[in-house]
Amino acid sequence: MAQANVISALKHEALRPFLFPCSISFSPVIVPSAVKPRPGHAMKSVEQTRTESDTRRSALMAAAQMGDRTAYETLLRDCVPFIASLARRQGVPSDRTDDVVQEVLLTVHRARATYDPRRSFDAWLRVIVERRAIDILRQMRRRGEREVHAPLAYESHADEAVDLSAGIEHKERAKWIGAALAELPQRQREAVHHLVLEEKSLGDAAVLTGRSKGSLKVNLHRALTALRLKMHRGD
Amino acid sequence: MDDSYDRLIGALAADLRPVRRLPPPALRALFWLTLVAAVAAALATFADVAAMWHRLAASRDMWLAVLGSIATAATAAFAAFELSLPDRSRAWALLPLPAAALWVGASGLGCMRAYVLPGTHVAAIGETRDCLLFIIGLSVPLSAALILMLRRAYSLAPPLTAAMAGLASAAAAATLLNFFHPFDAAATDLAVHAVAVVIVVAAAWALGGRTLRNSFAGPVTVPPAGSN
Repeated sequence: MAQANVISALKHEALRPFLFPCSISFSPVIVPSAVKPRPGHAMKSVEQTRTESDTRRSALMAAAQMGDRTAYETLLRDCVPFIASLARRQGVPSDRTDDVVQEVLLTVHRARATYDPRRSFDAWLRVIVERRAIDILRQMRRRGEREVHAPLAYESHADEAVDLSAGIEHKERAKWIGAALAELPQRQREAVHHLVLEEKSLGDAAVLTGRSKGSLKVNLHRALTALRLKMHRGD
Repeated sequence: MDDSYDRLIGALAADLRPVRRLPPPALRALFWLTLVAAVAAALATFADVAAMWHRLAASRDMWLAVLGSIATAATAAFAAFELSLPDRSRAWALLPLPAAALWVGASGLGCMRAYVLPGTHVAAIGETRDCLLFIIGLSVPLSAALILMLRRAYSLAPPLTAAMAGLASAAAAATLLNFFHPFDAAATDLAVHAVAVVIVVAAAWALGGRTLRNSFAGPVTVPPAGSN
């Protein structure tokens, strides 16, 4: 349903200049007393209210153009429900109405010098809301074409960086190294244990084992050569 | 009311500065056209105006082509100023089309004549390059001035508005080219003019649109939630 609204709104906007080539129109000029509803006419109060609110907003905007912050704040607060209602009427889903309201408020702020107080403020604002609503609908359509909303797919997506076999492989290797070290002669095993596994200095290892530094170096070299050979043979 | 609206409205009100209302689009377009007229007056001092009148007087299609290019410049500039207002219909972009049709049509008619205008010759390919450079070269400052004026407003269709500015500038430059154009209409010459206009409009669409998007108004800083 929302998609249908998007499409119809976009088509309408895209075709507007061509469907109504003669619709080069100005926004209506306010003529407060020009149209006097007949007494007893059903629309009388509605029309009067609409014109009054429009005139009031127009006056507030004129004051804002002069730098009156209070008038400006009052105007913007007054406009929020009007913008939200127009946006919903344009087919903007309720969860994106806030985006339209914020965009319109920013546009009103930046375009405030372009407003002519002799014209209808509501008509001026309505066109801005329509344009911004269409922008948001287009944005949603583009995002819908590019992205898929699938929270479960995200949750169940496998992390390629995690290798479950790595832990087993590591354990196997540690077991193999342990067995290979156990087969080494006592002196070589001591050298590997202190200098490689415990990362002790030559001096410390010499004190702990009671052997000379040279002997430790030679035994470490022999142990590593023996281990390397074992690894190459695949024992 | 939502807290985020409160903060945004507060920030906008804090950023409020008095603004000068923009004059009507017709008046602003007239101002730019006056600028073009001043450039024309300056160029006329270097040009052989008598020879130009002589050429124009010799054929009706030349007059119509000049009339078309002037009307295109005026209507495109007016459409650009209308489009720079956020509440105006995008159908304003259709306004220069009849004038542009007259300009293209009358220029094309020149190719169908069986005679060559007095005091002119058909431009060779090398000579048409000067036309291309003249139109593009003059369009740059005219477009820049127009886009600078348009930036005072706030267009909701910046590329379209900038393209109108490009068309107005290219049409004005093509009109002013008549001062220094001792050639009769030929297909190659007209094609070069068309290429120059298309280049200017496309460049304005791409570059001017971006310039108009960044209006003079600076960013509004909205305080984060709970900062009050």
